[in-house]
Amino acid sequence: MYDTIIIGAGMSGLAAGIRLAYYDQRVCILERHYTIGGLNSFYRLRGRDYDVGLHAITNFTPKGARKGPLARLLKQLRFRWEDFALSEQIGSSVRFPGIELQFGNDFELLRSEVYRKFPHQKTAFENLLGRISDYDDLDQASFELSARQVLCEVIDDPLLIEMLLCPLMWYGNAREDDMDFGQFCVMFRSIFLEGLARPRAGVRLVIKNLVRKFRGLGGELRLRSGVEKIKTDNGRVIGVVLENGEELEARRVLSSAGWVETMRLCDDISHVETRQAGQLSFVETISILDAPPSKLGYDETIVFFNDSEKFPWRKPDELCDVRTGVICSPNNFRYERGEELEDGSIRITAMANFDRWVNLTDEQYRLEKLRWYDEISASAVRFMPEFRNRVIDTDMFTPKTIRRFTWHENGAVYGAPYKRLDGTTHLQNLFLCGTDQGFVGIVGAIMSGITIANQHCLKD
Amino acid sequence: MWAQREVYFLTFRSGNEMTREEIRDEIIDILQDIAPDEDLSGLDDKTTFRDQLEMDSMDFLDIVMELRKRYRIQIPEEDYPHLASMESTINYLEPVMKDMQRVS
Repeated sequence: MYDTIIIGAGMSGLAAGIRLAYYDQRVCILERHYTIGGLNSFYRLRGRDYDVGLHAITNFTPKGARKGPLARLLKQLRFRWEDFALSEQIGSSVRFPGIELQFGNDFELLRSEVYRKFPHQKTAFENLLGRISDYDDLDQASFELSARQVLCEVIDDPLLIEMLLCPLMWYGNAREDDMDFGQFCVMFRSIFLEGLARPRAGVRLVIKNLVRKFRGLGGELRLRSGVEKIKTDNGRVIGVVLENGEELEARRVLSSAGWVETMRLCDDISHVETRQAGQLSFVETISILDAPPSKLGYDETIVFFNDSEKFPWRKPDELCDVRTGVICSPNNFRYERGEELEDGSIRITAMANFDRWVNLTDEQYRLEKLRWYDEISASAVRFMPEFRNRVIDTDMFTPKTIRRFTWHENGAVYGAPYKRLDGTTHLQNLFLCGTDQGFVGIVGAIMSGITIANQHCLKD
Repeated sequence: MWAQREVYFLTFRSGNEMTREEIRDEIIDILQDIAPDEDLSGLDDKTTFRDQLEMDSMDFLDIVMELRKRYRIQIPEEDYPHLASMESTINYLEPVMKDMQRVS
């Protein structure tokens, strides 16, 4: 009998596992995939290391900072700041036709950019900052206010609204067109007020630290162990059945599989509304270059681009929508002692339609990947220096890949639009953490696991 | 899987009770564990932890959990306010802990 069974060995499940194992619970993490990390996994291909989803870790605060999610999670998991070996971004920007807003880990850069490029919006921008600073106290109802509506009340230049929404939606909005105001505030803080950083070794460093700590505390981690059923009795979970038929008993279950995905596993639920699943999925191209991007005159960390004045944020009808995208170069961080990465690389993300991608035959899938690699690169070079003649290897992930790593319905990167902030379900000892609880990104996912473990799994 | 863990034993002593000073040392040790970057040397026992240290509700939960882990003391949630300052914490724990000893 386990004290807690955790479904999913992504960031949130591992973080929850550490908290519970640290306080002497008997914990087992069950992972369906043959590897750990979920969306934030990593792999090796043709002699090179790749990250699945990581662009940058948000919420960067320097060593010694006592406030903010990063400091809090290090404390809660008993890590040292050095354990994550974070190097700060060089600088990023939001680019729309004829205008850009630069930002970095010092918020004053964004403030001065807004002042300079939107001189009539100075007071409005400060008012917005005022609204954002109280977000920590938001209840579920005010969390779900429309961000667009709040922004329209405060800011009268629609272009500034679109330019602020673009990076924040790209890095963490599960809802089409609009965004929860609470989520807007969380993302604004994560990206603009705190900042971006990356471990030189990529996401594997974070994942390996989490796993090592979890195992060191006596936690059990099982790969290739998909849960087929959550067994219930009289409003309580009594255990899980694995795909291989094995049954495990637990006093409680904490699932990071997603809301719809978890409900579907419960043996007391016969029908799940799949309308509630998220719709937003991505493709991402990865281009390995024969030189670091700086040699091509490109030293920006992240560029969020959009080729019109209106930012479209919805599932495309076609396989992909390349009008907006995110360009990330893992090389363009301030690594210690100026150490460079082995290879230069550029990652470009675009929006994608899950159904269209999964319905392709194998041959079509291969061809469409090639076609969209070209379309995405062509779209991106309108906002960055030409790099296509320097490419020596490529890889690409699609909504199918995301589905394989996360098992999210529709390959929805940020999960379902409706978030269950308190992590509770219809069963008194089944809880939700991870994407559908509400926090996204690496720091967000880890905080989600910690918060739900603390609130629901430790106190009894 | 249990072998690697630190294990604490409870022993009951007679005529050699855990003093307020020893309880205080133990709380300091727990605080140091939870917040390694805090300087606790000048901690004022009458002022709340919250006013002196950068502590949030997660840290308070950790004080409770560490006491449980080290001494098997169960503190019900309605008693958490007793842990506001060092003095109130010692007052609350004294009757519970006086017969305990931590042996690692």
